[in-house]
Amino acid sequence: MNKTYDVAVIGGGPAGLAAAIKTADKGLKTVVIEAMNRLGGIPIQCIHTGFGLHYFKEDLTGPEFVYRFIDKVMDRDIDLLLETYVEEIINESMMSKKIKIISPKGSWIIESKTIIYAAGARERHRYEIGIPGFNVAGVYTAGEAQAMMDLYGIMPGKKILIIGSGDVGLIMARRFVLEGAEVVGVVEILGYPSGLTRNIVQCLQDFGIPLLLRHTVTEIKANNGRVSSAIISEVDESLNPTPGTEKEVKCDTIIIAAGLRPRTKLLKKMGVLIDPRTRGPIVNDYLESISVPGVFIAGNALVINDYVDYAVEQGETAAESVHEYIENKGVLSAEWRKVIPGSNILFVVPHYVSGRKDVVLYSRVSRPLENTYFQIGGIGKKIPLIKIMPSTMLRIVLRKTELSKYIGDIVVEAVEK
Amino acid sequence: MKSYVEKRVICIICPRGCEIRVRLVDGKIISVEGYSCPMGKKYAEQEVCSPKRVLMTIVRCENGDLPVVSVKTSGPVPKDKLLEISRYLAGIKVKPPIRIGDVIIRNVLDLGVDIVATRPCMPVENKYSDQK
Amino acid sequence: MRVGIIGAGIVGLSIARWLSRYENIEVHVIDKNPDVGWGVTKANTSIIHPCHEEDPDKHPLRMRLCLEGHDLWYEWVRELDIPSRWPGEIIVAFNDEEIHVLKHYLSLAVRNKVPGVKLLDKEELLSIEPKINPSAIMGLYAPSAGSIDPIQAAIAIAENCADNNVYFHLGEKVIDVIIRDRRVVGVVTSEKVYDFDIVINAAGLYADEISRMAGINDYYIFPRRGQYILYDSTAEPKPEKIIHTTPTPKTKGVYVLKTTDDTLLIGPTAEDLSPDKKNELRTTREGINYLLRNAEKLLPRLPPRNLVIKTFAGLRPEPSTGSFIIRFHEDPWGFIDVAGIRSPGLTAAPAIGKYVVELIHKHIDLKPKNKWKRYRKGIVRIKDLGVEDRNKLITKNPSYGRIICQCRGVSEAEIIEAINRMKKIGVKEITLDGIKFRTHTMYGRCQGSFCRVLVSLIISRYVGIKPWEITFRGGNSFYGIGEVKSLFKEVIR
Ligand SMILES: Cc1cc2nc3c(=O)[nH]c(=O)nc-3n(C[C@H](O)[C@H](O)[C@H](O)COP(=O)(O)OP(=O)(O)OC[C@H]3O[C@@H](n4cnc5c(N)ncnc54)[C@H](O)[C@@H]3O)c2cc1C
Ligand SMILES: Cc1cc2nc3c(=O)[nH]c(=O)nc-3n(C[C@H](O)[C@H](O)[C@H](O)COP(=O)(O)OP(=O)(O)OC[C@H]3O[C@@H](n4cnc5c(N)ncnc54)[C@H](O)[C@@H]3O)c2cc1C
Ligand code: SF4
Repeated sequence: MNKTYDVAVIGGGPAGLAAAIKTADKGLKTVVIEAMNRLGGIPIQCIHTGFGLHYFKEDLTGPEFVYRFIDKVMDRDIDLLLETYVEEIINESMMSKKIKIISPKGSWIIESKTIIYAAGARERHRYEIGIPGFNVAGVYTAGEAQAMMDLYGIMPGKKILIIGSGDVGLIMARRFVLEGAEVVGVVEILGYPSGLTRNIVQCLQDFGIPLLLRHTVTEIKANNGRVSSAIISEVDESLNPTPGTEKEVKCDTIIIAAGLRPRTKLLKKMGVLIDPRTRGPIVNDYLESISVPGVFIAGNALVINDYVDYAVEQGETAAESVHEYIENKGVLSAEWRKVIPGSNILFVVPHYVSGRKDVVLYSRVSRPLENTYFQIGGIGKKIPLIKIMPSTMLRIVLRKTELSKYIGDIVVEAVEK
Repeated sequence: MKSYVEKRVICIICPRGCEIRVRLVDGKIISVEGYSCPMGKKYAEQEVCSPKRVLMTIVRCENGDLPVVSVKTSGPVPKDKLLEISRYLAGIKVKPPIRIGDVIIRNVLDLGVDIVATRPCMPVENKYSDQK
Repeated sequence: MRVGIIGAGIVGLSIARWLSRYENIEVHVIDKNPDVGWGVTKANTSIIHPCHEEDPDKHPLRMRLCLEGHDLWYEWVRELDIPSRWPGEIIVAFNDEEIHVLKHYLSLAVRNKVPGVKLLDKEELLSIEPKINPSAIMGLYAPSAGSIDPIQAAIAIAENCADNNVYFHLGEKVIDVIIRDRRVVGVVTSEKVYDFDIVINAAGLYADEISRMAGINDYYIFPRRGQYILYDSTAEPKPEKIIHTTPTPKTKGVYVLKTTDDTLLIGPTAEDLSPDKKNELRTTREGINYLLRNAEKLLPRLPPRNLVIKTFAGLRPEPSTGSFIIRFHEDPWGFIDVAGIRSPGLTAAPAIGKYVVELIHKHIDLKPKNKWKRYRKGIVRIKDLGVEDRNKLITKNPSYGRIICQCRGVSEAEIIEAINRMKKIGVKEITLDGIKFRTHTMYGRCQGSFCRVLVSLIISRYVGIKPWEITFRGGNSFYGIGEVKSLFKEVIR
């Protein structure tokens, strides 16, 4: 128990597992710490296909995808701590972090030179998105409903209303229908669906499920402790409900699929700075926190990814960074260049680049755009986009050579042609 | 008189979601436009004649570390059979150990595809013992 | 002598605790809910009032009981291990008119002999509580104000009562009071008939209905709704002191306070509803906006919206007469009303219990027990222990190290302990809410979206029911509707 690790990976989801495989392959002493009693993270409960299109060039289900990583972890000399909850991370020095953990084997402190933090995300719930009414049974987040059904065999309800038209909401709509439930509709506050068109087709249209754009649930009604109906209203330009447009929709279950938020409680506590746009940490192109050296962040804890493939990619980048970090006793000093989200850009990750290596930028636009250029100031890189929605994460590779063409801040913007 | 139909299909093969127009005369395809790759063309042709999907669902599992095991059809099945298969699987209970790729049902409902496991399930004493 | 108490709220339980000291009476507590404290007691502002807002001319009894109740809580929180904090409270004034209100309450404080109350000028105000909006011009500081966890208080008292041989009949609704020869002789519940010599009506919002069952018809109760917004513990600004706007005839103003759980509570509203609306425990857009407007006055800025972890509502049991109705009836003899216990009923509850025992003592001789158990300990929370104590516990019972609720760091052992304690006080139906109130799982940032399913599996295992048969809070509030795939088999509940 008293050895010092080169790297402690916190979170055994896709990002953490991919990172651990890579650090172990580079000969680093690696431990994976996972709160649940099994590895795999969220994809274990995502039994639909849509995983691995980029990474494996195959269309896998969540468990199939993540078991490929679990199998690799099992084959390697990686210490695994399951049912082990990280309570606090203490930054002792650049080359020493203390991790306070608790598990059925006891509560102690693990020492490691570096941290790869891949603790995933949490879901936004009913109160966070402000749905008033009765506090009763029958309101679940998409993730909870998914775990109930697809991990533990509990059917949440039979007449379902879904709030949020992101991929998660759409996929859950289909799941419910395929288990014999009736989905009365998917309510979306924005004027456009947040999910991919292919999911609108194969999850809603295939089953004749109505999609109500520019609508929101303004009240939950109840009968004997369970949801009995929802009042839905149209919303105006500023997303406020328009009085007089209320309609009552009968349902016994309301599913909140209103998006995810990076889990950052432990990071904030140790002084990691947070980007208000991503709600994840502010990082450089090593995916290292800019305020706490030696803490690298990957996966949904860094930024909410559409594809698990990106989470894995971030895990692998973090692993390479750790390798370099340990060799050099830190990330080598650099004249950091700021990445600035310009017009029509919601965010860009990472926030700083060193110019020493190729970098992958992850970004989202702030509103639906057509016929635009995604352009990167100074470098002169221009990528044409026919149609782009905020719900689609853009992944752009900037080569080291491109970066060296120009010195100064990197402004990312989406400009209409 | 000849019947003339134009059908619009959104391709679901990849996230790009191309909008493809298929023209039919007397039920026969005469043109396909708007796809960006051959997979899309094939999909659109299939979609207007007999749409097919892969089914993903779960099957109950007795005395496994989890009470359900996730499964899918080994290939696409006619869209209108999805619910029928899921209903059929309601009558099935399996026993661990089950590994990814294990065939749960061969040639389900004579559709020419199998039901295969997509998640392992290992034996455990207590059914609901997520935490042992 | 058998005494039946209708209502396991803070009032009924406080009475039970006082009565449990006597050996010649057998105490029974009946509640229609599956668990204790689920009525008015679970949703209120949780303040132990200093009693400088009670008018001794208008409501002399209420003033007396509030003052005495406040001081009894000092002892009860220690004896029963009830989470509490005692930061003091400040009424904040923003204009001259409100300064008059402060001076009025200062004069009441002097008359009621409330200790330590004083006016604060702007500078004093902002140095004692820097998180008050700087547009405030004066404050009235009452240092003796505290806040308790009201539902944990109810649970603690119930456990202590069970230790002292009080019987609980939970999940049984009283549907009639039996009277013979102008004496009360028992009650009929949805399950059974009970013989009692004395029946105490502590039914909160429904006390008028119970009185009517005993032929008493001189008052009614109407609900006055109070809505709340609860923020995560990381929300700022989070003042140390309890602060509130100036009271009006109807309410004590809107409060902003740090709870005993370190979260931030804003509320309540005050909305009068008609007497038949005793189930209107819902929040509304207007209510929430009203609270935000008031909080905006009190605080330099509002906490961020995304840190809201819950919105909820409570109903004040307002008596048509305006005052607490506490009386021992001669006709029917043995029927005691403890009705209309509106705010500051939580504060007054321990004193109400004592007062009711005094009323009984006037009619019957009460003999103290030789051995009365004064103390009760709460559930050990692994997250609050140091490494050594933790490891001692975990070595003995590894489930203390198995964290189920990640937001609040609650272990499996704590959940099992809660189940056992529920069984001890006679809870027949182990509910998710029961576990939530006792352990604070499903209470944090994620509101159970992550841990609720795990909690349901633990209950399922320990109680031997299917996870979908577990309810949130009794009735039809089932966690699931059946096993997955059951919709295909028409075995639908
Ligand atoms: C409903 C749904 C559908 C999705 N569908 C798709 C899809 O079709 N295709 C696709 O590509 N992607 C999909 N995704 C996205 C994909 O699941 C995520 O991108 C991916 O899981 C992120 O991986 P991660 O490793 O960052 O986080 P996670 O998978 O969330 O893993 C984080 C792990 O960290 C652990 N952990 C957290 N805190 C602690 C702590 N303090 N101590 C110890 N351990 C801790 C958690 O238990 C968890 O196991 C979907 C996501 C959801 C929710
Ligand atoms: C919004 C709000 C804010 C408040 N703020 C404060 C404050 O800050 N400080 C303070 O001191 N006080 C406050 N109060 C007042 C305080 O909460 C109440 O005075 C106190 O909780 C009343 O407790 P009770 O036991 O009388 O009622 P309850 O808790 O309602 O108990 C009555 C019980 O009787 C049961 N019952 C009813 N009918 C039947 C039946 N037929 N058969 C069986 N059982 C039955 C119910 O189920 C219930 O459990 C507030 C109240 C509200 C609503
Ligand atoms: S046609 Fe080709 S490119 Fe277009 S969506 Fe289909 S698979 Fe993708």
